[in-house]
Amino acid sequence: MDSKRSSRRELLKLGAALAGGTTVALRGTAQAQEHNHPATPGSENASPMIHGSKEQIEYGQRSKYVTSVRIAHPVGGRASPDVFGKVFHVATPLQDSVGVITPSSLHYVATTRGSYLPDIDPQQHTLTIHGLVDRPLTLTVDELKRFPSVTRLHFIECAGNRHNGQQKTVQETHGMTSCSEWTGVLLSTLLKECGLKSSAKWFVSEGAEEVKGASSIPIAKGMDDCLIAYGQNGEPLRPQQGFPVRIMVPGFEGIYHTKFLRRIKLVDRFYMNYNEFGHLRPEDKELALGEQIGPKSVITYPSGAQQLPGPGYYEISGLAWSGGGAVKTVEVSTDGGKKWNRAQLKNTPQRMAHVRFAYEWRWDGTETEILSRCTDEIGQRQAMREEIANWWNVPFERNYRVPGLDNSVMPWKIARDGSVTNGLA
Amino acid sequence: MGSREMLRVPNPLKIATIPLLLVGSLVGNPAIAQSPTYGVGRTPTAEELRRMDIAIGPTGEELPPGSGSAKEGAQVYLEKACVGCHGVTGIGGAAPALRSEQGADVPVWQKERILPLRSPYATTVWDFINRGMPLGLEGTLTPNEVYALTAYLLFINNVIPEDQVLDQENLPQVRMPIGDEFGKPHEFRLNAPRLKGYPY
Repeated sequence: MDSKRSSRRELLKLGAALAGGTTVALRGTAQAQEHNHPATPGSENASPMIHGSKEQIEYGQRSKYVTSVRIAHPVGGRASPDVFGKVFHVATPLQDSVGVITPSSLHYVATTRGSYLPDIDPQQHTLTIHGLVDRPLTLTVDELKRFPSVTRLHFIECAGNRHNGQQKTVQETHGMTSCSEWTGVLLSTLLKECGLKSSAKWFVSEGAEEVKGASSIPIAKGMDDCLIAYGQNGEPLRPQQGFPVRIMVPGFEGIYHTKFLRRIKLVDRFYMNYNEFGHLRPEDKELALGEQIGPKSVITYPSGAQQLPGPGYYEISGLAWSGGGAVKTVEVSTDGGKKWNRAQLKNTPQRMAHVRFAYEWRWDGTETEILSRCTDEIGQRQAMREEIANWWNVPFERNYRVPGLDNSVMPWKIARDGSVTNGLA
Repeated sequence: MGSREMLRVPNPLKIATIPLLLVGSLVGNPAIAQSPTYGVGRTPTAEELRRMDIAIGPTGEELPPGSGSAKEGAQVYLEKACVGCHGVTGIGGAAPALRSEQGADVPVWQKERILPLRSPYATTVWDFINRGMPLGLEGTLTPNEVYALTAYLLFINNVIPEDQVLDQENLPQVRMPIGDEFGKPHEFRLNAPRLKGYPY
């Protein structure tokens, strides 16, 4: 009661100040100082004020109570930064994610030789397109921004995003995927500007970092939806995501999304770059799975190492994506895969982008396993590991390695005490 | 008013000229059809492109002039401190091994994933040394040094004899142990499953 009265009094004082006009600024300062007192238990304004700092004003910060961070991938792998300041593979905290955008600060990181982030001055950086074109072209970053732009939601996923029975959390099992809003120029716009020759079948995209990582990409993909991106989530790309320019190859494995993009060369054949050497497989069939990513989904809540407080209502929530296009449907099972239920999609699915799904569930307190699977717009379906082994006609074993990027179903086990653990363990 | 104008029956003579104009602009005069739309940016010089063009394809057409042998390469391997990370004769360092100790009777796919051993093309070995080595001093090797190091690594993997001199002509011709036993890229099709007949 007392506190209510006092806050009414303050409002009245403020009103008087506003009416007074010239005293507003002074009064405003007095208000801030009053609110700066330690919290009074039971008062309406029980939290202390966050002191505005220059940094907070210029480039905001999250609450100190939000502590979600990226971790080394795999767990126990090389720590980032190491003693030389090098950055290795780092995974996104998917267990804390909401919606579909990964904050740029929490986007997963992988580098071509697992180490080096160049500090590029955008005024000095250029992108050159040459090879099988009528007119080779060199663009500064400012010139690139003069072309018609597009803004699209796309995920990027590292080929090393593989789940196994040793991992504990969804950050460990699936944290090498992230989704951002990317802004840039369609590669097709630039290739038309250069006069693409009909003999061009592939292109090599190359970065400006120390090892100049390069990949071969089919021209059909390049003319369809590849994006020369300079923006991420409303601001310039972060250095960890390729500042000042990267190529997006929507739905292809992460390594194709060349960062620090300096050159695109149009060629008439597949170039066996070092990155391609890494993809080398004995069989055509397996090689084919090392390019476009299959349909994939994972439940992020409840997920490994989380704890359900007790039986009752929960909204099971997760992410689904596919390199083949937009996600069409997601199904959730709460009984270890016996019955599959249609999940709700929380946003309009977009091509090669995360979609948030949810399923309303009343947990009865018994031990169970929860799983999700998705189907994309071209009819590809996410499968159990056993199904994949059957298709390849190999005996299914506990440590079966899914060919290509592992897009098999991920089970989470829920114990009677509400603890959630890796169902593959 | 505007829409009524549009609905008016066009002059038959004008209709007849439309296809002619289209043919004229798209086929008859490619220079006009393909002229740049935006005209932003500049044309790189031939010298800029030559310096930048370090992606060496299987034909080796981008290789610069130069040559080197395994003997010279062994010397470069010491001088450029390759030995510090990759170990004496390519084994035992902190960096990836560059030589297999498994016998010639073991199929290449059962040996370790070593670039100068498993690569389908010697050009890829040259390309990676040239663009990615030595660590921290990338891009500082001369073409002759890269030819020599490539020859040395191929020699210690029993791919070429010790006295063979590699140059821009014969490097793409080197027969690698893998032969033709590796997967070839499929033809990528838009809006299609990543592998024909694969439902997952």
